[in-house]
Amino acid sequence: MEKKKRSFSALICVAVLLLFVVFLENLSAIFPQVPQVFMPTSPLFTVLKKAAVYSLVAVSMNLLNGFTGLFSLGQAGFMLLGAYTYAILTVPTAMKDQVYYLFEGCAFDFSLVDMFGGIFGSEGAGGAFSMVLGCLVALILAGAVAGFFAYLIGIPVLRLKSDYLAIATLGFAEILRAIFQWQKLGKITNGANMIKGFPTFSSFNITNSSGVEVLRLSTFVPFLISSICITVIVLLINSSYGRAFKSIRDDEVAAEAMGVSLFKHKMLSFVISSFFAGVGGALFAMYVANAQAKAFTSVMTYEILLIVVIGGIGSVSGSVLATFLYVACSEWWLRFLDSEQYIGSFKVPLLRNGFRMVVFSVVIMIIVLFFSQGIMGNHEINLGALIDKITRRSKRSERKQ
Amino acid sequence: MEYVISVMLSGISVGGQYALIAIGYTLVYGILRLINFAHGDVFMVAGLMGIYFTATLPIGVALPLVIILTVVLGFTIERAAYKPLRSAPRMSVMISAIGVSYLLQNTATYVTGGQPMTYPDLRLLSNTVNVAGTQTKWVVIVTPFLVLILVFALTLLINKTKVGMAMRAVSKDFETSRLMGVRINRVISATFIVGSALAAVGSILFFTNYPAITPTAGAMPGLKAFVAAVFGGIGSIPGAVIGAFLIGICETIIKGLPSSWDVSVFSDAFTFALLIIILIFKPQGLFGEAATDKV
Amino acid sequence: MASALHLENVTMQFGGVVSVNNLTLDVPEHKIIALIGPNGAGKTTAFNCITGVYRPTNGLIEFMGNPIVRSHPVGKEARTYKGNNADKYAGEPIISPTPDHITGLGIARTFQNIRLWKSMTVFENVLIAKHQRAKQNVFTATFRGNHAEEERMRKETMELLEEQGLDVYKDELAVSLPYGLQRRLEIARALATQPKLLLLDEPAAGMNPQETIELADFVRTIRDKYDLTVFLIEHHMDLVMNISDYIYVIDFGSEIAQGVPEEVQNNKRVIDAYLGTG
Repeated sequence: MEKKKRSFSALICVAVLLLFVVFLENLSAIFPQVPQVFMPTSPLFTVLKKAAVYSLVAVSMNLLNGFTGLFSLGQAGFMLLGAYTYAILTVPTAMKDQVYYLFEGCAFDFSLVDMFGGIFGSEGAGGAFSMVLGCLVALILAGAVAGFFAYLIGIPVLRLKSDYLAIATLGFAEILRAIFQWQKLGKITNGANMIKGFPTFSSFNITNSSGVEVLRLSTFVPFLISSICITVIVLLINSSYGRAFKSIRDDEVAAEAMGVSLFKHKMLSFVISSFFAGVGGALFAMYVANAQAKAFTSVMTYEILLIVVIGGIGSVSGSVLATFLYVACSEWWLRFLDSEQYIGSFKVPLLRNGFRMVVFSVVIMIIVLFFSQGIMGNHEINLGALIDKITRRSKRSERKQ
Repeated sequence: MEYVISVMLSGISVGGQYALIAIGYTLVYGILRLINFAHGDVFMVAGLMGIYFTATLPIGVALPLVIILTVVLGFTIERAAYKPLRSAPRMSVMISAIGVSYLLQNTATYVTGGQPMTYPDLRLLSNTVNVAGTQTKWVVIVTPFLVLILVFALTLLINKTKVGMAMRAVSKDFETSRLMGVRINRVISATFIVGSALAAVGSILFFTNYPAITPTAGAMPGLKAFVAAVFGGIGSIPGAVIGAFLIGICETIIKGLPSSWDVSVFSDAFTFALLIIILIFKPQGLFGEAATDKV
Repeated sequence: MASALHLENVTMQFGGVVSVNNLTLDVPEHKIIALIGPNGAGKTTAFNCITGVYRPTNGLIEFMGNPIVRSHPVGKEARTYKGNNADKYAGEPIISPTPDHITGLGIARTFQNIRLWKSMTVFENVLIAKHQRAKQNVFTATFRGNHAEEERMRKETMELLEEQGLDVYKDELAVSLPYGLQRRLEIARALATQPKLLLLDEPAAGMNPQETIELADFVRTIRDKYDLTVFLIEHHMDLVMNISDYIYVIDFGSEIAQGVPEEVQNNKRVIDAYLGTG
C-alpha cells in the first residue's frame, strides 16, 4: 500500500511542523539570548499567525475556484459571518455591557465560554478547558452559520454562469456587510462598531498561577486549526466527491451526462468552502482581536483570490505556500519599501508610504500575465513522496558505507 | 415637495453619471465577455487627474487633457493586461482585471499618500442654481442632457460608422468576425477608448458633486454601473442607460429616507439585491438577448 | 418485443427554427438502431432531448415503458410554436429531468465532439462515471468510511479499461490518447455508468476504415456482454448498414424514411436527401 504509507508520512510531516512551531514560539523562553527575530514581539510570529489563518481561507477558495471551477467572490462575506458568529458566541457575559455600551447591552446574553465554565468551573484547569471547548464549539458554529448562509445563497446563484456568479456572490458579500453595519441590529452586531473582548490566540498561552507565561501556544493554535481544516479539504479533494468536483470544472456537460448532479455537487462545494471560510473568518477575528464588518470588504476577497492565483489555481500546497510568501512579503520583508531608506548618504528614490503595495501589485500583474500557472500550477508538493525520496537516498548512502 | 424634487434631481444626475460608466462596461462585456473590474478604477484615476491638472492648468486645458489621458490609460490597460490573454480561459482575464484594479488603487494610494482629495470648484458646474424652489448645483441640471447627447452620438457611431459596424459584428460572433477580416484588436481598442472617454466625462460630473476622492472611490460606482449594465441587458446601450438612471434614482431615494429608519447603509446593498433579483428572474436583463449553449 | 426507448411526437424548436419535428421512433430492447441524416438534420438535438440536455418543446419520451420526458409548449413557446400535436400533451404535467437523472435511470451517451475531462487521467475519467451509483455520502467519502466501495469502483474501472485495451494508458492524461482511443475511452466511460441503453453520437467519426470495422464488432460485443440496447447516430454508411437492425432517417428534423438497411439503402427520398435533388 504505497499510498497509505505516503499519507502516513505526510501526516508525520504536519505533526513535526506543528511541534516545530511550538518550539519556535518558546525559543526565547528557553534561550533568553536568541536574536530579536525569535522574540514573541517579532514580526515573524505576526506573519506566521496571519498566514496560518489566510492559508485556510485561500485553500477554501481554491476548493471552489480551482477544483470545482466556480468563480465565486463571496469569500469575505462568509468570513464576516464566521467572525461575527464566533465573536458573539464567545464574548464573556460580564464583558457584554462594556462591549455593547452604545446599545445598552447585548440582546444575546449568553457565552459559550461561560456556559462551559458553569459545567467545568471557570478557574484553573477547568476554566482553561471550558475556554478551549467554548472556542472550539464557537469555531464549528462559525463555519456552520457560514455554510448555512452559503446554502441559502447557493439556491439562486449557483445556476448562474461564471462571471455572473462572481458578481452575484460579490454582491451578497456586500449585502451581508451592510446588514452587519445596520444600527438597528446593534444589540446583536454592535452596529458599525467592533466587537471585542472574546478569546484570541494569546488567550491560549499557558500561564502559571502568578501570571507568568510558561508555554506560549498563540502561534501553534492557528497552525493546528488550519492544518486540521486543510487536511479535511485535501481528503475531500482526493475522494470520490473531489473527483466529481474536478469533472464539473473540466466539462460540465460531460459531468452531468456521466451522472454527476451539477446542482448537488456545486452546492456541496460551495457550502463546504464557505464553512471553512467561516472558520477562517473566526480565526481572523481571533488574530486581530476584534470583529468589525468594515474589515471584510471585497478587497479582502481580491487579496485572497490573488494569493490563490499566485500559488496556482488547483493546487492546495501552492495556495499554502503562496499565502506564507504573500503575507511575509506584505507584513515583513517588503516593509522597508514604505519608509525612506539611505544607502550610505544616497537616498533611494520613490520609497515612501504605499510604495510596497505598488511593487506588490506590479509583481502580481507579472505573475498573472506571464506565469499564469502560478508557483505550482495544478501540481502538489507531495510530502509523502518527498520523505520517501529522502529516506531512500539515506538508506542508499548507508548501504554504500 | 421641494424635498422630493431635490431628491429626484440628484437621483437623475447620479444616474446619468453611472450611465456614462455603465456604457464602458456594457461595450466591453458585449465584445470580450469580460467584466472589466478595473473600469471603476479608471474612473477614479480620471478623478484624481482632474484634481492635479486643474490645480496647475486652466480648466479649458485641464479637462480635455484628463479625457485624453484617461483614454490613453484605458487603451494601455487593454493592450498590456487583456490582449496577451486573448486565448486564455475567461477566468484568467477576469483575474487580470482584478489585478489591474488592485494596481490602480495601490498606485493611487501611493501618489496621494492615502489622503482623501477634494475635487476643485469648476465654476460652471459647481455654481448653484434655483430650480422649482430648490437650490442645486449646475452639474445636476447639466448631467442628464449631456448624457443624452453623448448616448445619441454613441448610437450614431455604432450604427452609422464602419468601426461601429465592426463592433456590432464582433459582439455577435467573435470568431466569425475575425475570419471575415474584421481587425479584432482595433475594434477592441476602439471599445476601450470610447468606454474610457465616457468614464472620464462621468468622473468630472460625478466628483464635482462628491466630497472627496479616495483610492477606492471608483470601486463602488464601478460595480453599480456594472449592475446597471446587467439590469438593462448586457451589451445593450439603451439598457445600460435606463438601468443606470433607475439605480441612481433608487439609491438617492434610499439615502433620502428618514434617518430614524437608518437604512442609508443599504444604499449600496440595494443595488446588489436588485442585481440578484434580475439574475434570477430575467438573466438576460431588460433588453438583452437570451443565448443557448451548443452541446 | 419490448421497447427500451420510445419517442412520440418529439419536437424541438429554438426560437423560430424547428430542429426536430414530430419525431416518433422506437428502439426495441437488445437491438442496434441507427438514426441517420445529412448534416444539420437534427440528430444530435434528438439525442440531447433524450438525455435531458434540452427540454423538448413538445412530445413524450419513454424508457423501459415509463415516461421519462414529457413536454408541451408553454408561454411564449406556445405562441410561436410551429410543430404539430401541441394539444396532445397539454393536459399532462411536464417532466424535464436533468441529464444526471437520465443517466441514473440507465441511459448513457458519448459525444460527437469528444468531451473527456482533460486534466484527468484515463483511469480517473472512467472512475468518475462510477461516482453516481456508489453507496457513499460526502462524509464517508471524505473520512474514508467508504473504503470497500472505493475499492470496488477502482477494481471495476480497471476491468473496464482492460477489456477496452486501455489499461496500459491508465495513468496518461485522457486527451493525450490518439483519437480512436479517445472514442473508446468515451464508450468505456459511458459503460461505467452501468447503462441499459447506450447512445453513441457518431462513434466512427475520424476513424480509419480498419478502426471502423473493428468498431462494428466492438459495438456488438459490448451489446451482448452488458445486455445493452444501442441507439446510434452515424454518418459512416458502411458501418450503419453493417451493424444496424433498423434505421431511421431524418432530414430537416422530420423523419423521411425507416426500415431495415436494405430498404433504406434503396429509398429514393433518402438518396435525394443525401445527394440533393437537382
